[in-house]
Amino acid sequence: MNLDFSDDQKFLQDEAKKFFNKEGGLSNARTVMDDGLEGDAGLWKKIVDLGWTGIRVPEAYEGLGLGHLELCVIAEELGRSLAPVPFSSSVYFFTEAIIKFGSEEIKSDLLPKLVSGEIVGTYGIAEDMHQATESNLNVSVEAEKINGVKIAVPDAGMASQMIVVVKSSAGTDLRLVDLNDDSVTVSPQKNLDTSRAFFKVEFKNTPSKLIGESGKGWQYIQHLLDQAAVLFAFEQVGGSQAALDMAKAYSMERFAFGRQIGSYQAIKHKLADMYIAVTLAKSNCYYGAWALSSESAELPLAAATARVSATKAFQLCSKENIQTHGGNGFTWEYDCHLFYKRSKVLSVLLGSEATWKEKLVTNLEKTNTLAKG
Amino acid sequence: MDFNDTPEQAKFRAKCREWLEANAELKESKSNGHNASSLEDHLKVAKTWQQKKYEAGWAMLHWPKEYGGIEASPIERIIWGQEEAKFNVPGGIFEIGLGMCGPVMMQYASEEQKDRYLAPMAEGKEIWCQLFSEPAAGSDVAGLRSKAERDGDDWIINGQKVWTSGAHYSDFGILVVRHDPDIVKHKGLTFFFVDMKSPGITVKPIKQITGQAGSGSGFNEVYFDDVRIPDSQRLGEIGDGWKVAITTLMNERLAVGDAKGSDIEEALILSKSKDDAGEALIKNDSVRERLADWFCEANGLKYTKFRTISALSKGEAPGPEASITKIVSANKLQEIGNFGIDSGDMAGMLIDENDGVSSFQGAWLGAPGLRIAGGTDEILRNVIAERVLGLPQDPRADKGLAFKDIPTKA
Repeated sequence: MNLDFSDDQKFLQDEAKKFFNKEGGLSNARTVMDDGLEGDAGLWKKIVDLGWTGIRVPEAYEGLGLGHLELCVIAEELGRSLAPVPFSSSVYFFTEAIIKFGSEEIKSDLLPKLVSGEIVGTYGIAEDMHQATESNLNVSVEAEKINGVKIAVPDAGMASQMIVVVKSSAGTDLRLVDLNDDSVTVSPQKNLDTSRAFFKVEFKNTPSKLIGESGKGWQYIQHLLDQAAVLFAFEQVGGSQAALDMAKAYSMERFAFGRQIGSYQAIKHKLADMYIAVTLAKSNCYYGAWALSSESAELPLAAATARVSATKAFQLCSKENIQTHGGNGFTWEYDCHLFYKRSKVLSVLLGSEATWKEKLVTNLEKTNTLAKG
Repeated sequence: MDFNDTPEQAKFRAKCREWLEANAELKESKSNGHNASSLEDHLKVAKTWQQKKYEAGWAMLHWPKEYGGIEASPIERIIWGQEEAKFNVPGGIFEIGLGMCGPVMMQYASEEQKDRYLAPMAEGKEIWCQLFSEPAAGSDVAGLRSKAERDGDDWIINGQKVWTSGAHYSDFGILVVRHDPDIVKHKGLTFFFVDMKSPGITVKPIKQITGQAGSGSGFNEVYFDDVRIPDSQRLGEIGDGWKVAITTLMNERLAVGDAKGSDIEEALILSKSKDDAGEALIKNDSVRERLADWFCEANGLKYTKFRTISALSKGEAPGPEASITKIVSANKLQEIGNFGIDSGDMAGMLIDENDGVSSFQGAWLGAPGLRIAGGTDEILRNVIAERVLGLPQDPRADKGLAFKDIPTKA
């Protein structure tokens, strides 16, 4: 039994933690929020220089050729520091789509550029105020040209390439689009967490390239979502732990009625419940990491479990961190709201808690016996 | 990451398996366990099984070699436990003796006493129990009031213990009592072992909310009326009772695990089965949501345990993650039991004439006890907050007071 990261992976995580601390920790997210930026370009450049954009890219395409577990440990630290960078869009999603489903030509062209930071990628799924399904997609492709509007596209300001989920004559396709093309209009959308930037992306007869086989796009996107869900869950666990640590530190220094508020059971039990939620989520993440890295058929169930558990943990920890801080927690000055807002954006970005619970139970319905370790 | 044994662990598992297969029957299903018709039968079967294990060297794996154990590592104990659990064998009788009383005797008893008591304990010839809790000392167990008064070479014990598992069939027990009420709470305690057949000891099974009393390893009240214990049966110095008790409870903590009973698996089977109208509960959105929540909890606990085992397997000290196990599993058990009953609508409350309480009904009736035994939900949250997160202790109203001056009523 070895449900743990290797010493090398733990070392990488420790380096990542030190790196984000050295680079200013939460202050980067705050700067992006206060200055209305599209992301922290300086921080992103340093991340590229560390080679993290190439973790999963094979060495033949100038990457590091490592596995998903290395991404998991980085993800936890990105989450802990609320790093305002397009890592999830470009690495968990765009790069993975190219590695898994791209043609040799596309791989040779794009992967080295993703590693070097020359390009940043993103993805577009959502179109309207409801959950995207295979049957309600409006963005469509005909003769390689795309038309329609995608919303809530993360990081489209920093990205130059995008994977778009579209309706095609064969069903659903994944198409690759150059965002710099004149036929594309990218406009920012206001959102709850302004430490991250989201965009409306309109296509008018935009040229595109097919990724993988036509008609298999929905199947591909589900797999990419399952993979990303595990990595998002690690980010959520990192954020949960940071919110819990912040609440704990405050409860030790704040006095009320002549004693530390952390000595009151009302606060202790609140923090214990946060610890319980983080621990369950983390263990479910380890299960997800195992399924992701071993290409297990259990990935859909493991991903949904990690995702639901981590979404619950981050929402609980971020809201109870505010509560523990009392009035201070409601100010712009204290960092509590950074966690609260990020937890909300992360909880809906790949589909809501309800969506992932439904996926979880659908997978349970399919299995006759529960997964045995 | 993988879920495989190391070569050494696989070898040990194969050894366990080989002996178990030669000496016991595999269970037909996960829930199907040993069922004896009466307590006497259960004890007889359990003692025979323990004797068999003892003769083959499986009875007390973690004990030191000088007392007949093999000094098994925690991971080997876990492997043995996993394999033994797959067989239809009796349990629940010797754990307190082997897990708590044995180690405390090894540490504090005389050589002569160790020679006299440890082997019969390991062999299953003598059963031991633990006498700590009292009617007025549950979560605050150091507030116990049973008295020990010195009389020559003996101590005279008076008072009452409660929630003593297995007292009604135990031969010996370990006991904490108060020798001095005039000093602070924790300092006035002394630790003994006692012959449960001593004159003056009365054991009364407690009727629980399940309606059961004295069945299996049920709970008891134990009354002490002028019970004489020779000073030679004192474990540790006079006044060291709390220290010795804490050592013992640390050993217990290793033994407390999941709340057993209806889990997500059973809830899922029930949800998938069709009712008279051909409908399955799993089609109901509120049921789906709850199944997802329970699965996240059950799966989270399972992989929390795997993380602990992984650390042990590498010879590392596990993190504090296992501290969440009982709170989560006992509450989940209560919810799933409740769900199972509700699923029967009005019939859910009825008890089957032939089969008795269903496993969901049993879970619902038993779960309140599990949320209390071995540390209440509230005490365990304090433990997580104070020992894992490092938050300050509550101010204590009894701090520095002589025990007799501690308030006990408004």
